[in-house]
Amino acid sequence: MPLAVELEGVSFAYRPRQPVLTGVDLAVEEGEFVAVAGPNGGGKTTLVRLALGLARPQSGTARLYGEPAHSFSRRDALGYVPQRAQLGTQGPVTVREVVSAGRLARGSLLGPLRRGDRAIVDEAIADVGLTALADAPLGNLSGGQQQRAFIAKAFAGEPSLLVLDEPTAGVDAESQDALARLLDRLRRDRRVTTLYVSHEFGAVEDIVERLVLVRGGIVFDGPPRTLPAEWHDPSHAHARD
Amino acid sequence: MLETEFMRLAFATGAVVGLLAPAVGFFLVQRNMSLIGDGIGHTAFAGVAVGYLLGVAPVVTALLAAVAGAVGVEWLRSRRRAAGDQALALLFYTGLAAGVVLASSAGAFNVDLFSFLFGSILTVTRGDLVLVTVLGVGGLVTIGLLYRALAGVVVDEEGARVAGVPVAALNVLVAGLAGLTIGLSMQIVGILLIAALMVLPVIAAGRVAWSMRSSVLLAMGIGVASVFAGLTVAYYADLPPGGAIVLAAAAAFGVTSLLEAARAHR
Repeated sequence: MPLAVELEGVSFAYRPRQPVLTGVDLAVEEGEFVAVAGPNGGGKTTLVRLALGLARPQSGTARLYGEPAHSFSRRDALGYVPQRAQLGTQGPVTVREVVSAGRLARGSLLGPLRRGDRAIVDEAIADVGLTALADAPLGNLSGGQQQRAFIAKAFAGEPSLLVLDEPTAGVDAESQDALARLLDRLRRDRRVTTLYVSHEFGAVEDIVERLVLVRGGIVFDGPPRTLPAEWHDPSHAHARD
Repeated sequence: MLETEFMRLAFATGAVVGLLAPAVGFFLVQRNMSLIGDGIGHTAFAGVAVGYLLGVAPVVTALLAAVAGAVGVEWLRSRRRAAGDQALALLFYTGLAAGVVLASSAGAFNVDLFSFLFGSILTVTRGDLVLVTVLGVGGLVTIGLLYRALAGVVVDEEGARVAGVPVAALNVLVAGLAGLTIGLSMQIVGILLIAALMVLPVIAAGRVAWSMRSSVLLAMGIGVASVFAGLTVAYYADLPPGGAIVLAAAAAFGVTSLLEAARAHR
C-alpha cells in the first residue's frame, strides 16, 4: 500500500536543547484514518506541521506521497484545518467566501470561480450543515459554526490527505456526529487519508482504526482497543507520570 | 470649477487614485499592515528628492522608490529578518532621512517639494494623467483578476500555504501595488497623507459591509467620493487637497459608524 505520510527518525525543537519531538517514526498508508492524541505540549500539532511540510525537521526525513514534505509538488491534494482555525481578518467575511478559499488550490488563481467549483463549494457547505447560513457573516456565527465553515473550506479542496487539528473544539455534539459521518463517508467513498488530532475521540471512535499517542515522541501506535490501560486518558499530561 | 483644465486633470487623476488606493489598502488593513503606507510614503519622499537631484521627473523616481521600498519591507518581513513593525520603522526613518538629506543637497526645499508632501491640485499635468491612468487601471485589473487568490490568503494564509497557493508571491504583489499606489497618488493627496486614503475608506466600509467583496467595493466608492469632495473643498477654500480628502474620508468613517450604531439599535 503506498504511503501518504512518512516520518523517519524525525526530531524537532523550537529552541536549542528543548526538543518537542525526538526520533519519530510514522507511516500512514493511503486511505487510513489515524487519530493522533496526546497531552498539551506533547507535540501533536508540531507532528502534523512537520508531516505537511510547514516545518522542517532538524534531523530525520518527512515525506508526503514519497516526496520531501517541504517541497511536495501536489499540494492541492492537501487539506488542513488548523487548531482554533481563525480568520486572518477582522473584517466581514461570509461563510461562502471562506469556503470558496478552499477551491484556490484547484485550477486557476485568475478570475471568478467557475460553475463547477461553485457547485463543489455549495456541496461542502451543505456537508457541514451551513447551507442556511451560507451568506451570513462569519462573525455572526457561534464558535462551533465558524469551525464547521473552516472544515467545509478543507472539504472544498477535495483533498486526498485531510489533516484536522482539534476539529471539534467548541463544536456541539450534534455537529460532531455529523462531522464523524462525513469523515467516514470521505474515507469509504473517496479513500481520503485522514489525520485527526484531538483530545477527544468520542464522535469518531467507531471509525478510528489506528491511534497514535504523541508525547515528545510516539509512545503508542496501534488499534485503539490495544491501548494499554495506563494510557486510557491519553489527553492528560499526568498519564504516565 | 470643471471649466479649468487643472481641475479636470485633478478630478480625472483623483478618480483613479480614489478607486485604487482603498482597493490595495484593503489587503494591507486585513493583514494588520495599515501603517505600511506611511513607511512607503517616506521612501517616495526620498525618491522625489532623488528626482530633483538627478534632474529627472520626481514622479517617476518616487514611483520607483515606493515600489522598491514596499517590496523591500515585505522581503524583510517574510524572511523574518525583522518583525513587521521593525521592518516598517527601518523603511520609515531611512526613507525620511534620505529624503531630507537628498532634498537639501538638491536645494529643493521649496514650494514644489511641499506640493508633493501635502498634495496640490495645480501640479497634475496631462502626462501625469496618462501615467496614472495606465498604471492605475493596470493595478485595478490586476486586483480584479487575482481578487479570489488575494482574498483567500486574507481568509487563511496558512491554509493557503499548505494547499500550495503562492502566498509569498501574492504578498510581494500586494506590496508592489501599495508602492505603485503611493507613487501615483502623491501629487493629489501628498506623500504624508496618502496612506490615510488607503486605510480610512476600508475602515469606514468595514462598519457597514456584510461580506469581503462588499467591503472592497464600498471602500472604493468611499475613496472616490472622498477624493471628489476633498478636491471640491480644496478648490473653493484654497486648501491643500490632501488634508481635505483625508478629512472627507474620516467623515465617511463617522457616517458609517453612525449607520452601524443605528442598525445595532433597530
